[in-house]
Amino acid sequence: MKRWPSVTLFTVTLFVLWLLLNNTLAPGQLLLGLVLTVAAALATAAIRPLRARPHHLPVAIRLFFVVLLDIARSNIAVADVILGPAKRRFNSGFMKIPIDLRDPYGLAALACIITSTPGTVWAGLTPDGSTLTIHVLDLQDEETWVRTIKDRYEHPLIEIFE
Amino acid sequence: MTLVDIPFWADLLASLLLVLGSILALIGSSGLLRLPDLFARLHGPTMGNTLGLGCVLLASIVIASVAADRLVFQELLIALFVVATSPVTAMLLMRAGIYRRRADGDKKAMPRPEENA
Amino acid sequence: MTTLLPWAVSFALIALAIAMLCAALRLLRGPAAEDRVLALDTLYVNCMIVTLTLGIQYGSRVYFDIALLIALFGFVGSAAMAKFLLRGEVIEP
Repeated sequence: MKRWPSVTLFTVTLFVLWLLLNNTLAPGQLLLGLVLTVAAALATAAIRPLRARPHHLPVAIRLFFVVLLDIARSNIAVADVILGPAKRRFNSGFMKIPIDLRDPYGLAALACIITSTPGTVWAGLTPDGSTLTIHVLDLQDEETWVRTIKDRYEHPLIEIFE
Repeated sequence: MTLVDIPFWADLLASLLLVLGSILALIGSSGLLRLPDLFARLHGPTMGNTLGLGCVLLASIVIASVAADRLVFQELLIALFVVATSPVTAMLLMRAGIYRRRADGDKKAMPRPEENA
Repeated sequence: MTTLLPWAVSFALIALAIAMLCAALRLLRGPAAEDRVLALDTLYVNCMIVTLTLGIQYGSRVYFDIALLIALFGFVGSAAMAKFLLRGEVIEP
């Protein structure tokens, strides 16, 4: 279906990135950026499988700062493990987490969050999307990790994407 | 521009951020040598990718803004790009590790996270 | 007036050199191919941080563009190699 490109998050993000890359607000660059982003949005409209519908901006902003805080905290935790005694370094393992999030964009965001937090890496999802496998560096009690991921990341993501 | 004409607070702030970021990157990379197996080693460089790089980028923003007398935050681009891409590499490596160990007939406790979306 | 920053830059460069040495050691030693790809990935991120540090030292914005390009090509390289390890080919038919 051919239709006029609407102002979506995608075009706005591309436009801002273009201005940031050129580090300017000159009218010529504004115009060029506008033309390029609209062209890119038109060209890629056919290959975007489905449209993400994020809402609840305050929740998203809050999630961003929660993730930032967690990255800082788990950096310290991972540094502690790496510099610590050998016993703690051999404590890693896989664990499974039941998951309720189904939206593909939400899952992609969750994967990015889990992997970019030091100490946890996303390792896979069962085909029916009900169980998530992650690898944890400091696997002491699984219960805490399950609660952390479900309460801190998954619930806001469900609110944002579903 | 040289390094002689920046105010004291920017000097102190950028120096602290630079030292902190490089120490974090160093600890993360030394995890490559100190941690026992591939899956544990994947966690080490994430430190340098996130907070280590973030601190150095902040230091760069501070110095560039002071030098140009206006807010320069082009470094945000690198941060965005690395945050969006480094998880992809880590996940691909993790899945490659799982797959290859299973293909090698290594029958120890390895989960079977079938196909990923 | 400013005497801290040159010292901080020197310290950061030494620390990052040691970090790159660690990654290079893992690159040479790594038992599995995945270890080597991970070491290369770490190496390019550290290289990018070194470039940014040099940009602070010399006060030039050119280093920012270099760092951005290192980030772009480093990601493409390590993602392609990881994909190759996963499937045996980079671009699937």
